[in-house]
Amino acid sequence: MSKVQQVSGSGIPLFLDDIDTDRIIPARYLRCVTFDGIGQYAFEDDRKQDPNHPFDDAKFKAGSILVSGRNFGCGSSREHAPQSLMRWGVKAVVAESFAEIFFGNCTSLGIPCVTLPRAELAKLCEQIKSNPPKLLTVDLVAQVVSTGNESIPSQMPESARSALTSGNWDFLAQLLDNKDAIRATAGKLPYLNGFKS
Amino acid sequence: MSDTRNLFNKVWDLHTVGTLPSGQTQLFIGQHLIHEVTSPQAFEMLRDRKLKVMFPERTLATVDHIIPTDNQARPFLDVLAEEMMSAIEKNCREFGVTLLNIDDKRQGIVHVVGPEQGLTQPGITLACGDSHTSTHGAFGCIAFGIGTSQVAHVLATQTLAMNRPKVRRIEVNGTLGTGVYAKDVVLYIIQKLGVEGGVGYAYEFAGDVFDRMSMEERMTVCNMSIEGGARCGYINPDQTTVDYLRGRPLSPTGAAFDAAAKWWLSLASAPGAQYDDVVKYNAADIEPTVTWGINPGQSVGVSEKLPTVASFPARDQVGVREALDFMELKEGQPIAGLKIDVAFIGSCTNSRISDLREAASIVKGHKVSSAVRALVVPGSQLVREQAEKEGLNKIFEEAGFEWREAGCSMCLAMNPDKLKGREVCASSSNRNFKGRQGSPTGRTLLMSPAMVAAAAIRGAVTDVRQFKA
Repeated sequence: MSKVQQVSGSGIPLFLDDIDTDRIIPARYLRCVTFDGIGQYAFEDDRKQDPNHPFDDAKFKAGSILVSGRNFGCGSSREHAPQSLMRWGVKAVVAESFAEIFFGNCTSLGIPCVTLPRAELAKLCEQIKSNPPKLLTVDLVAQVVSTGNESIPSQMPESARSALTSGNWDFLAQLLDNKDAIRATAGKLPYLNGFKS
Repeated sequence: MSDTRNLFNKVWDLHTVGTLPSGQTQLFIGQHLIHEVTSPQAFEMLRDRKLKVMFPERTLATVDHIIPTDNQARPFLDVLAEEMMSAIEKNCREFGVTLLNIDDKRQGIVHVVGPEQGLTQPGITLACGDSHTSTHGAFGCIAFGIGTSQVAHVLATQTLAMNRPKVRRIEVNGTLGTGVYAKDVVLYIIQKLGVEGGVGYAYEFAGDVFDRMSMEERMTVCNMSIEGGARCGYINPDQTTVDYLRGRPLSPTGAAFDAAAKWWLSLASAPGAQYDDVVKYNAADIEPTVTWGINPGQSVGVSEKLPTVASFPARDQVGVREALDFMELKEGQPIAGLKIDVAFIGSCTNSRISDLREAASIVKGHKVSSAVRALVVPGSQLVREQAEKEGLNKIFEEAGFEWREAGCSMCLAMNPDKLKGREVCASSSNRNFKGRQGSPTGRTLLMSPAMVAAAAIRGAVTDVRQFKA
């Protein structure tokens, strides 16, 4: 897998809390057997109800760094959510915090999710709105989000950061490496061995 | 020396395969459940890499999310749903996984089926590509909702790459009042700790309120752990757990059952077990609870008024206003009396036989308001059959409810059961997110099945205790 160390692009400001995965991709678009083609439905219902939704705003249309609030990606475990964002063009998400399943799904797809303090996010969204396209770099090595004139310290759990920056985010390959240990673990589980002590 | 590990850590340690280069734990998953929505792409990943399912006998498939609950003739009228059905049938056949299809009496919502069959047992690790997998924690197992890539990981390796969460013990002690149910307890907890409060934690629900609960009530509580941000919630196994599992189709039998029961009970967190955090609530403070907003933490007791915007911290006020605007509600207005258009009893939270019995006991002798469209969707075919044996379907139908086939239905509206336009739905499900029930502008009020029944009869949010006097 490629190393994910720095991701650059222009910002998309969506400074709301508790954005759930039903909003990111409404359930009717989960009626599919591949993820192809679901990018166009990202935030579909929010966009229809909000003519000023940043995903439809020409100023942010080419954006690839999504900036949001607290608990981004809460709710359903649907990987369709990060898949739709990725296929829309989102390459990284910067928020105050992330729901865990969403975070893990993103990491599996090579999409870094980093956190910034709320005050910095508010400031960042203002800068993106007042001066689009605002180029941002999510730097996982230096652990900052840089805006050109300043670098804001960002955070990310070390396991995900090291996996992405070293190109070791093909978790399936890593898990497959330990087949003997997997069988050994299964061998000592009471419920796989007739509960014999 | 006595083991001061809580149940979560005992089970985690037992299932640890090793440490991955990232520092994460490679965790063995004892039982995998799959359904038609989040599995097709995972099987494709296996095909792409020419991989097999490592332990096919440790994965069980069923179909629930897209299943029509009225006309189930194949092919389904929805061609996309039919395509997903064909995909899971083909995948299970090719990879040697057992599928409980709609022509199998054991079919139903995946989180109803696992416990019903005796597959969900204390001390196991369980994963499913569905966030409400936390339900299974009711048995004292570790149960995680996972994404599709992780479904592929479990299929191919029976393991996951995970970070060990912290454990928070949530104690609720005392006696619940009349008309206060497991659903109210968990809505109350989420209101207090917030929808993000559980991020990074597994929740252990403890105290005499949970000790007294039936397994089905415990499932309702653990089901909604994820709505509080906790990926996993559990209740320590006890005699109630053992009694529930005895005689289930996939439970151990004979001497193995006795050995199993002994092991199960030994896993419970002992007095003196260590936690990263402990919170305590009083059962007497919990009322029948109703959500008013667009996340499950936005709720009030049925006798209360909606909170004012100013009562929230400044940082939360934008979200509160967004919720009030979407719901077309005003701060400070009473929740009781709010008109509803639809009543839905179902979902992996509240579609089990005890839920239907409780709702039927409220409905009996009443009629659904003429302004309300009401439906009951049992959680599994076996729940449906049992309800029919008890005549509950008659009670519901005579009152004006539709009596449907088993499935997820209007909880997330991937099948034809949907809200229309701005309809307001009193729902026994788990999420009141914008658009959740199939209409982008539809509105959801979460509550217990008994409260849904009361709302259906009166056509408005009603304190179920009025039916209990």
